Amino acid sequence: MTSDNDRRRGLLARLRERPAARSRGRRRLGAAVRLIAALMLAGGAYTVFAPGAQAQDNPQLTGAAAEGKALFDVSCVTCHGRNAQGVEGRGPSLIGVGAASVEFQVSSGRMPLARQEAQAHRKPPLFNDEQTRQLAQYIQELGGGPVVPDGDDLREEGNIAAGGELFRINCSQCHAFGGGGGALSSGKFAPSLRPATDRQIYAAMLSGPQNMPVFGDNQLRPEQKADIIAYIQETLKHDQDPGGFNLGRYGPSTEGLAIFLVGIVALVFASLWIAGKS
Amino acid sequence: MKRRKLDLAAMPGKAAEEVDDRFQVATPLRRLLNKVFPDHWSFLLGEIALFSFIVLLLTGVFLTFFFEPAMTEVVYDGSYAPLQGTPMSAAYASSLDISFDVRGGLVMRQMHHWAALLFMAAIVVHMLRVFFTGAFRKPREANWIIGSLLFWVGFLAGFTGYSLPDDGLSGTGLRIASAIMLSIPVIGSWVTSSVFGGEFPGTIIISRFFIAHVLLIPGLLVALISVHLGLVFKQKHTQWPGPGRTNGNVVGERMFPRYALKQGGFFMVVFGVIALMGGLFQINPIWLFGPYEAWVVSAASQPDWYVMFLDGSTRLMPAWEIPIPIGDGYVIPPLFWPTVVLPGILVGLSTMYPFLEARQLKDRKSHNLLQRPRDAPARTAVGAMAVAFYIVLTLSGANDVIADKFQISLNAMTWAGRIGLLVVPPLAYYVTYRLCLGLQQHDREVLAHGVETGIIRRLPDGRFIEVHQPLSASNGHADGHGELEYVGWVVPKKMNRLGALGPAIRGFFYPIERPVEAPVSPGHPPVEPRPEREEITSGESRR
Repeated sequence: MTSDNDRRRGLLARLRERPAARSRGRRRLGAAVRLIAALMLAGGAYTVFAPGAQAQDNPQLTGAAAEGKALFDVSCVTCHGRNAQGVEGRGPSLIGVGAASVEFQVSSGRMPLARQEAQAHRKPPLFNDEQTRQLAQYIQELGGGPVVPDGDDLREEGNIAAGGELFRINCSQCHAFGGGGGALSSGKFAPSLRPATDRQIYAAMLSGPQNMPVFGDNQLRPEQKADIIAYIQETLKHDQDPGGFNLGRYGPSTEGLAIFLVGIVALVFASLWIAGKS
Repeated sequence: MKRRKLDLAAMPGKAAEEVDDRFQVATPLRRLLNKVFPDHWSFLLGEIALFSFIVLLLTGVFLTFFFEPAMTEVVYDGSYAPLQGTPMSAAYASSLDISFDVRGGLVMRQMHHWAALLFMAAIVVHMLRVFFTGAFRKPREANWIIGSLLFWVGFLAGFTGYSLPDDGLSGTGLRIASAIMLSIPVIGSWVTSSVFGGEFPGTIIISRFFIAHVLLIPGLLVALISVHLGLVFKQKHTQWPGPGRTNGNVVGERMFPRYALKQGGFFMVVFGVIALMGGLFQINPIWLFGPYEAWVVSAASQPDWYVMFLDGSTRLMPAWEIPIPIGDGYVIPPLFWPTVVLPGILVGLSTMYPFLEARQLKDRKSHNLLQRPRDAPARTAVGAMAVAFYIVLTLSGANDVIADKFQISLNAMTWAGRIGLLVVPPLAYYVTYRLCLGLQQHDREVLAHGVETGIIRRLPDGRFIEVHQPLSASNGHADGHGELEYVGWVVPKKMNRLGALGPAIRGFFYPIERPVEAPVSPGHPPVEPRPEREEITSGESRR
């Protein structure tokens, strides 16, 4: 204790030695000015660099986001918690997921979830486009994150051939060659792409919902995303199958079923008929 | 110059005589054309395979005109827009051209593929018929072996054909085939590098598979099919037991003209069904799979159905590696067991089955009469067990598609397959065995007591009995009729089989004649007029 006091006194003494020539009054005035300046600097810097501290308590939301918060507090808060901070064991935090994620999950009807299970299923959406946009705006203003570009047609000038190659490399592993979807482990699955809109596909690539990896703009540039969407929407969905009924595009498994149910059954009937003609 | 009169009616006979004068074919041809074939619908199943093989040859020849079996890289500029400008192998580009730019090419390709699936399906169905009726027994063991080999050679034909278009799906299949070859202990890497000409995929495999698919394997198939049919001619066809049919004769139709005409018609039907399927159902849309690249694997990549059981066995196999501490250490990969050992066992079991059964039953006689499946319950049950085993494996081969479309966990599907593979076949054995015994028992019961008439009679003492129509006349037994011997053929079990409803109406899709009025059948129990009602009185009034 005493040695501590000694050291501090020695430090003060050394500081006092230097400004020896000034009068006591001017010294006091200068000290007061410096103190005020330092306080202002510190306070100013604090207000500049930490504006969010106050937003936690009383967020400055725009009109749409405030509407979104009202919807959120009715329909989403049970699982995602107050201020979308998440509830342990029920729903994840939505801070930073961005408007893209909200748009994908809500517009495809996956959220609000019907029940807790391996993965959310697509259903008729609960919220209309306007409400979805308000929810997205709220989540966006809470924590930022990826946003889907404006417009309903996100495949403009998409190159189908390039999109096809990107699709086969990046998407067909799970969504299958025809976009019909496929199984993942333990009840999870890659959904069919048939009902998906341009914006939903774009949002899914940006946000990586459920088990899907995120394809950010570093992995797939926006124009490559447009290519992929063009391939899915124009080739996979709108092309007529040139070979006839496509058997669901499930690959050789339904073809094997068809040869027995159609081919063998028809020919066994034919042989019954021919052998009965004796 | 006097013109000689041309006798048109005598021309065929004269021409035939001229031919016979030179080639002496009348005697052998007569024998051939008079050959008798028994008639039963189940004897036509093998023909489906034969006829689809003919369709395969016809459509396959068409495809070779346009297919280019080379792996040289080209840039596609055909008419399928979504692949324009994509680098790909010449084989894939020419397959796309067949599909989109060759007139009639797509329907030919699809017919070829459907005919291949039908060929294999018909082989299996035919094989089941032969198995369950005991047609493979002495003297026909050799033909059974040839038939099983036809399945396995057809399997190779299918696999090589599946690989030729060089699309994403066939490349994935080839990659798996190379992995299977690599898994063979000791010689695996040598086998793979000699088949692929180096590291997978190399630049030669398509050309090699092409020559195997269009020359070597079809040649082998034609040879095996010829021997198969030749043996049927030599050993004669089996037949069902029945009136006038014995182990020493064949009852049926002569080959010419009726049988030949029927077969000609049946060929047209098979061709028509294949053509319809080729035109109506899309099969293997190679343009969606894209060119094969090692990093492209689509979900739901499956082999064709007859290979799917091997895919299933691979999916069910636990990841058990067997390390062998020799030298630097050696590992037998788990893939070896379901894809090399299992088919090996299956080939051995399927070809050797006739000998195994004969040995078990100490049966050295020749059998030309078939057995109803119920009369050989052990064999029928073994067959049901094999079918159950195959079906569990085949379903497991598609377990990702089933899991996805029926929203079942893929892990649950895998475990269901593992447990099912052990539990379902013995269960199938037991159930089939009991069913056979039950059917046998019912046959004997009908022969002993007659057909159920559905008429319930109340006896004076108040009991109810069902009236049975006996199948034989009375021979002084206690219950008034004799017991018939079972002869291995269908026992009538319904009154209309005994003529109670009059003759059956002819015609398959609609009646071709007016149904006759049902006569009062002698077999039908006479309907007596209702007895006069008697007044119920006390016993005293009887006096």
